[in-house]
Amino acid sequence: MVKPIGNKKYGLTIAILSCFIIGLFFVSFLIGRYSIHPRTVLDIILSNFIDIEAYWQDDLDLVVMQVRLPRIMLGILVGGALSVSGASYQTLFKNPMAAPDILGVSAGAGFGAALAMLWNSSWWQVQIFAFVFGLIAVTATYLIGSVFSRHEITVLILAGIVVSSFFQALLSIVKTLADTDTQLPSITFWLMGSLGKGTSESVLLMLPALGISLAVLFIFRHHIDALAAGEDVAATMGVNVQLMKTVTVCCSTLMTVSAVSICGIIGWVGMVVPHISRMLTGSSFPRLIVTSFLVGGSFLLIIDNVVRGVKGVELPLGVLTALVGTPVFVILLSRVKKGWS
Amino acid sequence: MLKVQGLSFSYHRDKEVLKDISFQLDRHDILCLLGPNGTGKTTMLRCLLSLNKIKRGSIEIDGVDLTKASARERAEMVAYVPQASEMAFPYESFEVVLMGRIAHLPTGGNPTARDKAIAYEVMERLGITHLIHKDFNRMSGGEKQMILVARALVQQSRILVMDEPTANLDYSNQVKILQVIRDLAEEGYAILMASHFPNHAFLACNKVALMRDGVIIAQGNPEDIVTTENLTRLYQTPVCVTEAVLKFTRSVTKVCVPVMV
Repeated sequence: MVKPIGNKKYGLTIAILSCFIIGLFFVSFLIGRYSIHPRTVLDIILSNFIDIEAYWQDDLDLVVMQVRLPRIMLGILVGGALSVSGASYQTLFKNPMAAPDILGVSAGAGFGAALAMLWNSSWWQVQIFAFVFGLIAVTATYLIGSVFSRHEITVLILAGIVVSSFFQALLSIVKTLADTDTQLPSITFWLMGSLGKGTSESVLLMLPALGISLAVLFIFRHHIDALAAGEDVAATMGVNVQLMKTVTVCCSTLMTVSAVSICGIIGWVGMVVPHISRMLTGSSFPRLIVTSFLVGGSFLLIIDNVVRGVKGVELPLGVLTALVGTPVFVILLSRVKKGWS
Repeated sequence: MLKVQGLSFSYHRDKEVLKDISFQLDRHDILCLLGPNGTGKTTMLRCLLSLNKIKRGSIEIDGVDLTKASARERAEMVAYVPQASEMAFPYESFEVVLMGRIAHLPTGGNPTARDKAIAYEVMERLGITHLIHKDFNRMSGGEKQMILVARALVQQSRILVMDEPTANLDYSNQVKILQVIRDLAEEGYAILMASHFPNHAFLACNKVALMRDGVIIAQGNPEDIVTTENLTRLYQTPVCVTEAVLKFTRSVTKVCVPVMV
């Protein structure tokens, strides 16, 4: 009879990761300038659902519900979104180095969003601009890459660097044009990457784009998985390759963009997390997408906890993810380089 | 079963890569497509798999026009065994085999116990269940080729298209693959394989087509077609078809050898 191939181990890993992220979620409430007793945190959260008499001060309620909760949620959602989008790009391009920041999507989205901010646009306009330019960036990277070589891993990455630099340059122009008193500081700070702007509103605004993208990627997970065997081979197995490529790029870009337009450019998460996830539950995309979300959410939440925990200064999040991400990436590279070649 | 008529294909408007190709493939057939490098063998296979859009002619399977079928329908009729290559990431070989079930999965659905049973049975039949948990990228060329054959078989189409299934394999693995191909044909599969080894036509195939510059210059059964004259013309280099007597089995088999002059 058929052995359940690795299903048990996968289930167990997902269970452990889920427990971990739930635990982390609650622990994260304890970190910050105000020290709040865990019992109080729990009661404040519960008081939204059941009747608990408030024995705490009103401002504690504000800190937990209006400041920490959205920020923690945002950490999980943004970390998960960037990681799943990295995993999708990697599987789609058959390229272990692919990630939203590497492919120029982040820079493109950043430019689009900054441009919209320059015109004092509404939140929706910022989103749309970021999405359009993110899509333009990844398309440009893909086209430039395939002009030179469809098979060389490094060519796509070089194309990404070129496109990234191009949009960084455009971004600099936007910064020069920005009003130095009002617009420039906010654009600059936003670009450094921070979950500090997390409000309940921004979480709610991010959810639809993220939810739809995740759902679509999940529905087509087996078809996207087949792309890792090569586009032609996938086509012979019954996959509509052109449709799957479009769907994957659009969903990944939409997820990246919804993260970038709220939290700025947070690098390295999208590249490193999928590799950690592959070590845990294998390369198969249907599993990778779930694992990446959980690992990515935990990863960014932990890093943001460090940001919030360090007294005195608020370190930019993007700087910390780079500090952690780069050495982890080098270790991964040396460990699994054989499996890539 | 498979009927190709007057097929032409070109990448650029004025230069035809394949010209007026016709052949037929029935159940139990193994057709070996022979020809020098760059002559259009792979292009021909790609046309059959709808990876290339044909310019003229028709490809029919049991009367159904293959060029009008959706990707899914086509996958249920024709399966492809590519040359062994790497997966982009370390996949377990069972995951690779199970990918062949994609055309049978409902939208958004996971492979069921039945899909897994089919994949396992195929691997059992090919004698490769010991490879189930192995990393595909770390397997030998022969093992990889077997996995790719298994992936094509779980697709459960009746026609198999193979691109040089014995490339880069040692003798023992070549024979293993050819044996598998012969067994499959006996079961009723129709197999089309491109090859660089005319000997394989004698070892495994009942039909052969010689292709040069996008034209089939001769086709028929190997005994009649794979001759010294034809091969010499095909490869534009002296090739000798002779008989080898196997002392152990007292049987006679035909062999082809290139001759250096």
